Amino acid sequence: MSQSQTTSGPAILVEGLTKSFGEVRALRGIDLSVPQGTVLGVLGPNGAGKTTAVRILTTLMLPDAGRALVDGHDVVREAAAVRRSIGLAGQSAAIQEELTGRENLELIGRLYHLSKSYSRSRAAELLEQFDLVDAADRSAKGFSGGMQRRLDLAASLVGHPKVLFLDEPTTGLDPRSRLGMWDIIRSLRAGGTTLLLTTQYLDEADELADEIVVIDHGLVIAAGTSEQLKDRVGGDVLEFTVPDRTRFSDAATAISKIGESEPHVDRETGVISTGVGGRGSEALIEAVRILDGAAIETHGLALRRPSLDDVFLALTGHAAEEDGQPGKRRRGRRKADGQQGGRDTAKAAS
Amino acid sequence: MSAVAAAPARPSGGPSLVTQARWAVSDSLMIAKRNLLVWMRVPAYLVFTVIQPVMFVLLFVYVFGGAIHIPGTSYVNFLMPGIIAQTAAFASFATAIALAQELKKGVIDRLRSMPMARSAVLTGRLAADTVRLLVTILIIVGVGYLVGFRFLNGFGPAVGMVVLATVFGVAICTIAAFTGLAIGDEESVQAFGLIWLFPLTFVSSAFVPIATMPGWLQAFANHQPVTYVVDAMRALALGGPLAESLWKSIAWLAGIFIVFIPLAVRAYRRAA
Repeated sequence: MSQSQTTSGPAILVEGLTKSFGEVRALRGIDLSVPQGTVLGVLGPNGAGKTTAVRILTTLMLPDAGRALVDGHDVVREAAAVRRSIGLAGQSAAIQEELTGRENLELIGRLYHLSKSYSRSRAAELLEQFDLVDAADRSAKGFSGGMQRRLDLAASLVGHPKVLFLDEPTTGLDPRSRLGMWDIIRSLRAGGTTLLLTTQYLDEADELADEIVVIDHGLVIAAGTSEQLKDRVGGDVLEFTVPDRTRFSDAATAISKIGESEPHVDRETGVISTGVGGRGSEALIEAVRILDGAAIETHGLALRRPSLDDVFLALTGHAAEEDGQPGKRRRGRRKADGQQGGRDTAKAAS
Repeated sequence: MSAVAAAPARPSGGPSLVTQARWAVSDSLMIAKRNLLVWMRVPAYLVFTVIQPVMFVLLFVYVFGGAIHIPGTSYVNFLMPGIIAQTAAFASFATAIALAQELKKGVIDRLRSMPMARSAVLTGRLAADTVRLLVTILIIVGVGYLVGFRFLNGFGPAVGMVVLATVFGVAICTIAAFTGLAIGDEESVQAFGLIWLFPLTFVSSAFVPIATMPGWLQAFANHQPVTYVVDAMRALALGGPLAESLWKSIAWLAGIFIVFIPLAVRAYRRAA
């Protein structure tokens, strides 16, 4: 699987990339650098600009401004060369359902201008690798969702890409297929392929990526390893639900002594959460005592590991699943300068 | 073939113009082969392109036919060129729907991200459509023969009629390719196809003599491309004055290709 690299620079280099669709500024100046043989996880909610970035890097769309090199080639001026270096698997299974798994892969091989016999052996090899041998000669229509996505990923690898783009590779998959997909991605990384994968799931980026960038509203708002990102949240998260909405602010005030950051109150669901750093169980006991002392009824008081939501809250002041709409931002935590949110809250609490 | 096999690993510079031209042809053939394979695998496609016109033949010949009198020839002889033209036009639905589906499923994104000829998806599609149209038209001619249709003008003009019908079908397919790629949603594409193809084929000389229509409708029916094509096909199949309807058909078909091929190419390039 490993390929000799023809360039010594980063596999992907992006500088100041912008793209607008009418009024909507999908990308507002993105910078990325992905060393060869590593996995970059691009994390962000729907509409953050992830897919737009992938479409520009895979030569499907032209940027408005900025520069992007993939495997040393400019995606605008040397698009044909870029296409010879990349593989793309998008959000849906881009396969011809009426054809068999084998026919799909052989066709892709022929369109990569591989010889007939090599296309055939490459297809057989990939069917083997992706555990599709039994289904190889059945029409892909009858494949399960997980199998279709595996076939799709196999198709993206037919041309031995040096750089592979996976746009939300596990969206819509059941948990078992998702884990299977993770195994495949890990083995690709082990084989030396450079990967850029977008995801909405922190655990996915956590599992698979060497480095993560968080994108929101078309900007990179954070970059680092998953540990570095989680540290911004401040360790564990203490969370509970207050059924009585008149007691929300009392609960938030009571709990603010425990948390390392200002508590986040979701006024619709009554869920209150706060980062408690490394003092997990100690903070939990303290919380029970304080809330009980203040006679505030709570449900489901518990500690948990920070999620994508928490990272997003810490970084931007709004939750990830809200589609990144500024108007819909949750209240309770700091807003304003979203970029520095996490750091500032942590500082304010310490 | 070994140089070709090594292409994905080639650092830069790219293939020569000759190689690129060769790829443009071989990629188109590959896409055409794929499309024909898909067409043969899905019974519904064959049903829509063949069974439907057969039902129209039977319906018009045996149900409406008795009420329609054509001076100088039998209704089935009058009808068949019209049915064939309509079949060729309606075959374009498959083109529009298939491209809209490929767009939606990301197949077109995948192909556009590959080092294959960019023209191949459209040229391959139209090449496969040509074969598909020819097969369908020959089947309908066969069905026509079973219910009493006969070519009355000799072999050469009969072949000319089949060729004209096929070219007409391909021209409609280029319009369909553009709408499929521009609209990108198969149901909308289908609805849109009905909106323009139904009036165009029915308000023409395809099924009844235009003289039987009300005056205001005649004005449209007499001056639209389907009428010219059907009249030319009829003249080729049965004899009669050909020149005017033929050159007007050719002018219209050329116009359609000149306008819609660039539009379809542009829609493919911009496909999102």
